[in-house]
Amino acid sequence: MVVLATKRQFCSSKDSYFPYLHQFNMSVINQRRSVVIQIIFGAVFFIIVAQLVHLQVFSSKYKIEAANNAIYAKRIYPDRGIIFDRKKKALLENTIMFDLVVTPSETKGTDTLALCDLLGIDTAAFRKKMVEVIIKNGRVRPSVFEPLLSAEMYAKLNENMYKFPGFVLSERSVRNYPFNAAAHVLGYIAEVDTSFLRRHKEEGYEMGDYAGMTGLERTYEKVLMGRRGVKRYIRDNRSRIQGSYENGLYDTTAIAGKNLYASLDVELQQLGEKLMTNKVGSIVAIDPKTGGILCMVSAPNYNPNSLTGNQRRKHFSEMYLDPRLPLLNRTLGTMYSPGSTFKTVVGIIGLTEGVISKSTAISCGGAFWGCGNGRPKCLDRGTFSLVNAIAHSDNTYFATVYKRTLDQDKYGSPDSSLKVFNNYASSFGLGSRLGVDIPSEKRGNLPVSSYYQKIFGKKWYSCNIISNAIGQGEVQTSLVQLANVMATIANKGWYYTPHLIDSIEGGDTYDLLKPYRQKHYTSANVADSVFEAVQDGMQAVMEYGTGAAVKIPDVVICGKTGTVENYYRGEKQKDHAFFGGFAPRNNPKIAIAVMCENAGFGAQSAAPIASLLIEKYLKDSVRGKQRQALVEEVAKRDLLPKLMRIALAKQDSIRQAKLNAELLPKNKEVADTVDTEEERPDSVIKSNVKPILPVKTSIPDSSKPNKPVKGAAVLPSKEKKTVIKKQNKV
Amino acid sequence: MMQNRNNNSLSQGIDWLIVWLYAILVCIGILCIFMVEYRPGIDVFQSFIGGKTNYSKQLIFEGVCIVAATFILLADSKLFTALANLMYAFGILLMLSTFVLGKNINGSKSWIPLGGGFNLQPAEMCKMFAALALAKYLAMQETDFRNLKSQLIAGAIALGPAVLSILQNETGLALVYFSFFIVMYREGLPPALLIIGFSFGVLVVATLLLEPNVLAVILTVIAAITIYALKKQIKRQKGILYMIVIIWTVCVGIQRFAVPYIFNNVFQCYQSTRIYSMVGKEYDCSNNKSAIKRINDKEKAAKKPDDYNVRQSKIAIGSGGLYGKGFLKGTQTRGKYVPEQHTDFIFTSLGEAFGLAGCLAFLALYLFLLFRIIRMAERQRSTFSRVYAYSVACIMFFHISVNVCMTIGLFPIIGIPLPLISYGGSSLLSFTMLLFVLLRLDADRQMVLR
Repeated sequence: MVVLATKRQFCSSKDSYFPYLHQFNMSVINQRRSVVIQIIFGAVFFIIVAQLVHLQVFSSKYKIEAANNAIYAKRIYPDRGIIFDRKKKALLENTIMFDLVVTPSETKGTDTLALCDLLGIDTAAFRKKMVEVIIKNGRVRPSVFEPLLSAEMYAKLNENMYKFPGFVLSERSVRNYPFNAAAHVLGYIAEVDTSFLRRHKEEGYEMGDYAGMTGLERTYEKVLMGRRGVKRYIRDNRSRIQGSYENGLYDTTAIAGKNLYASLDVELQQLGEKLMTNKVGSIVAIDPKTGGILCMVSAPNYNPNSLTGNQRRKHFSEMYLDPRLPLLNRTLGTMYSPGSTFKTVVGIIGLTEGVISKSTAISCGGAFWGCGNGRPKCLDRGTFSLVNAIAHSDNTYFATVYKRTLDQDKYGSPDSSLKVFNNYASSFGLGSRLGVDIPSEKRGNLPVSSYYQKIFGKKWYSCNIISNAIGQGEVQTSLVQLANVMATIANKGWYYTPHLIDSIEGGDTYDLLKPYRQKHYTSANVADSVFEAVQDGMQAVMEYGTGAAVKIPDVVICGKTGTVENYYRGEKQKDHAFFGGFAPRNNPKIAIAVMCENAGFGAQSAAPIASLLIEKYLKDSVRGKQRQALVEEVAKRDLLPKLMRIALAKQDSIRQAKLNAELLPKNKEVADTVDTEEERPDSVIKSNVKPILPVKTSIPDSSKPNKPVKGAAVLPSKEKKTVIKKQNKV
Repeated sequence: MMQNRNNNSLSQGIDWLIVWLYAILVCIGILCIFMVEYRPGIDVFQSFIGGKTNYSKQLIFEGVCIVAATFILLADSKLFTALANLMYAFGILLMLSTFVLGKNINGSKSWIPLGGGFNLQPAEMCKMFAALALAKYLAMQETDFRNLKSQLIAGAIALGPAVLSILQNETGLALVYFSFFIVMYREGLPPALLIIGFSFGVLVVATLLLEPNVLAVILTVIAAITIYALKKQIKRQKGILYMIVIIWTVCVGIQRFAVPYIFNNVFQCYQSTRIYSMVGKEYDCSNNKSAIKRINDKEKAAKKPDDYNVRQSKIAIGSGGLYGKGFLKGTQTRGKYVPEQHTDFIFTSLGEAFGLAGCLAFLALYLFLLFRIIRMAERQRSTFSRVYAYSVACIMFFHISVNVCMTIGLFPIIGIPLPLISYGGSSLLSFTMLLFVLLRLDADRQMVLR
C-alpha cells in the first residue's frame, strides 16, 4: 500500500475517480516489480543524464572540436600601405594579379588538353601538379594551381574559363614599382617561412602570409601591413562554405596599411641609378637639415618588379648567385676604408685639439717622414696650409696632424689620445650604427687602443697606426656614415640620424620615427671656426683642388675626393673611388657620398657622379649639353671590378660547359663525326659574353668562403652548382 | 489534434495527458528535422508544405498517423484481442515477404516499397503485433505463467520477429524484442533470468575490456573466494560446489570462446568494430569471417570503419554546453557533420541547439510519458491491457535509452530510431499505433478483455 501511495503522486487528479480497480488481478509481488521496472527506467535515464552532464558541462574539448570542425576563419588581407617619395609620387603601388585556383573535386568535365595548351604544359605535368595540389590541400578545398599569371596569360585564360569547371581566377594584391627604382631601399615582400614564423610568434602571422623581408618593407612592416580582418564562416563536413557564422557578429574588418611618405627624391634616385650603371658601388645623399635621405643607390641594382610575379623565384636565385651581389645594399651593408674623405674629420679634430691652426703649413717632399719610413707618400710636393692640404689631399699634412693629435702630452699615452680622437669621431656618427630605417646596417669601425695593444704590444705609438690619418687603416665606415659626416660638417656640428621615412599617414603610432626627430650634436669643443676652416678646404677642392673638374659654376660645393687602396687576399686591387661633399656651402641642402669599387681615382669616377646629382637636386635638372653629355658618358663607363668580371666569366663558362654536356648526346646522335670540342668557341660567342679574361689560376677560389677585406670585391660566398641564365649586362 | 466530435464513445476515458505528450513530442520531432535540414534563405512555409523536404514528409506522415489514430480510437477494444493473433501472423508474413519484395536500404533488406518514394518497414509494425500477441497469450485463462512451458512460448512469441529481423540484417530492431523480457518479468518471470542476463552483459563487456587471461584469473579468484566463503555450506551440501564450478566453467567458456566466436563469426565486421570502439578498443577485422569472406569473394576489400559517427555525435552534443547554441544555430548540425542526423542521430541536433537544459527537459518529457504508461498499466483490470501497456512502455524505453545512449557514446551504434522524433513514416506510424491502441484499451479499462 505504501507503493500505491507513492504512485498516486504521479496521477493527475482526474484519475482519482477510478478507485483501485487494478488491485483485483495483482499480487503484491508484481506490484513491487512495477516499482523495480520504474527504478530500472529511472536508473538508465540517470546514467544518460550523467553522461550528458559530462559531455556538455565538463568536457571543453567538444566545443573546441566543434569550432575546428565547422567554423572556418578566413583572413581578410588589407591592402598594404603605399610608399610615396618627397614629391608624393608613389614609389610602389599595389596591383591585382591573378592566381589560377583549382578545386580538384569539381574539375569533372574540364577540357584538360585545352588548359594544358594555354598554360604551355603537357598533360603529364598537369597531372603531377594536380596530385601535388590534392596532397597539399585535399580534393574539396580550393588551392592555387598556377600563381601570379602574366597579363597575357590571364587574358588568354579568362576568355576560356567556361571550358574549365573547377578552375577559377582569383585576385591577389601584389606590389608594383612604377619607377623601377630604389629596389634596395624599398625591399621586397615574400611568403613567410617557418623560421620567420618562429621569430615573429606573437605577431599573428601564419603560413602563406606575405611579409616585408628587407628594406622599408621590413622596417615599417607593422605600419604597412595594416590590420588583418577575420571573417568567420560555417563550413560543412566537406569544407564547403555554408554562410557566415552568427551573421558576422565575431568578424573583424581589415584595416588598410598606412601610407608612408619618404624623403627620397625618385628623380634623383633614378639619375643616381643611371649614373651607377655598370659600376659597383653606392650613393647616399642626405638633406642635412632634416637627415632625410634624398637618394640611396646601391649598384648593381635590380628591377624591383622582377621580384613580383610568377618569375620571382627564378629571378631571385639568379640574383642570389650573381657574383656582383645585386641583392646587397652597399650603402649600409658593407664597410669601406673611407680614404681621403676621412681627412676632413682628422682636420677637424686636429684643429679642435689645437695641434694645428688654420694657418699651420706643413711641407711635403713626396712622402711623410714623420715616422721615418716615408709613408704615406704624397702626390704633389710643396708646402700646404690646411685649406690647400684638403684641396690637394695632401697625405703628409694629415699624417702630421694625426701624429700630433695622438702624441699630445696632456693625455699621457697614445691610448688615451686615441680615446679622445674616437670620442670626437663617434660624435660624427662613426663607429656605431646610425640607426637608418633600413635593416642590416653595418657598424663601421673606429679602432680602439686595446686592439692595437694586441698587435703592437702595450707600448704602441702613433706611427703604428698612421694610415688611419688618411682613412686607410683600420678605420671603416659605411657610405651612409660618410654621407652623414658630410651633413654634419655642412651643419657645422649637428645632424639628424639619416632616415628615409619622413612621416606616416595617420601618425606615428608605434614611435618608429621618434629617433629621427632628435638632433645629435658633435662634441661641444668643436667651434664653428673649425668647421669654417675645413669647409674652406672642401670648397677649395672643388675650385682648384682634386674636384675642380666637376665644379658647377653657380653652386658653391664643398667636397672631398678619396682614392682608397685595397687588397683582396693580399693582392692589391684597383683603388676604390670616393667622394664626399655638400652644397651649397652657405645654405646646405644636400650632403652626398659616392663610392665606386675598384674604379680608380675618386676625382675621376666618384666626383662627377656627385656633381651631377647635386646639380640635379639643387637646380632640378642637369643643365647644358656638356653636362648632359657627361651624364651619358658616366653612365656608359664600365667600371666593373676585375674580380667580378672574372667570376662572371667563370660562371658563364660553367653554364656553357653544362649546356654543352647537355647537347653532347644529341650531337652524337645526329652525327658521330662531329667533334664536340670544336663546338665550344662557337657557343661561347653565342653566349654574348666577351671572353675578356681567360680563366686563370689566379681567380680567387670562390668555393671557399671569403671575407671582404677592406671593401674588396665581394664575391659569392658559395659556388652553386646550379646553372642559371645570366642577365646579359656585362 | 483529436477533434471532439461530440462522440462520447470516442473521447470518453481517453487519457488526454498522453495525447498531449504525444503531440508535443511529434512537434519537437518535426522541429528537430527542420533544424537538421534548414538552410538559410529558404521559404520556410513553402518548404513545409512542399513535400520535398524531410520535415515536410514527416508532416504528411503525421497526417496519416492522425487518420490511423482516429480509426484506432473509433474501433472497439475487443477488436484488438480478437485480432491479436491474426495481426501477429500478418506481421510475420509481412516480414517474410521482405525476403521476396524487399528493397535494400542502407545494407538491410527490410523495406517494402510502397511506391511514390515511400517504403514500409514491417519490423517496425511487428513490434505492436508482437505486443498484442504476447498480451493475448498471457491473458489467456489457461496460461499459467509460472510454468516453464508458458514462459518458453511467451519468449518464442516475443523473439520470433527478432529472428526474422536478424535475418534481414536489422540487428538493432531485433534487440528491441528483448525488451519484452521486462514485461514478462512484471508478469512473473523469475528475476534470476534478468540477473543472469545482466551478468552476461557485464561478462561480455569485461571480455572486451580485459585481456582474456587476466579475466580468466579474475573469474577463478572470484570462484575461489566464493568456495572459501561458502565452505561450511559446501560441507553440508556438495551440490553448491558443483554449481560454482559449473558457473565458473560457463563464464570462462563465454569469455574465452563464445564472445570471440560471436564477434568473429556472427557479427559483421562493422558491427564488431562499433562495439569495440564503444569501449575504446580497435577490432581487427582480419579475424572476422564475413570480412574474410568478402575479401575472398573479390568484393571490395573490407573498409575499416572508424568511430566517425560517434565522435561527431559527441562533438555536436558536447558543444551544446549548458544552454545550447540556440534554435537553428547549431554549427555541427548545419555543417552536416553528424551522419544520419535526421533519423537515428536526431538527438544530436537537440543537444547542440538547446544544450544540457534542453536535453534534461526533453528526457523528463519522455520519462514522464513512460511513468505515465506504467501507471496506466497498473490501473488496468484486464491482464491483456496491462501486458500490452507494459510492452508499450518497455519498447519505448528500449528505443529511447538505446538511441540516446548511442548518440552519447554509451552504446554501440545500432540503427534504431528515437520514438516520435526521428524522421521516418514507419517508425512514426508504429509508435502512434502503439500509443493509440493503448489509449483505446485504457479507455475501456473497466472491461475485462481476454
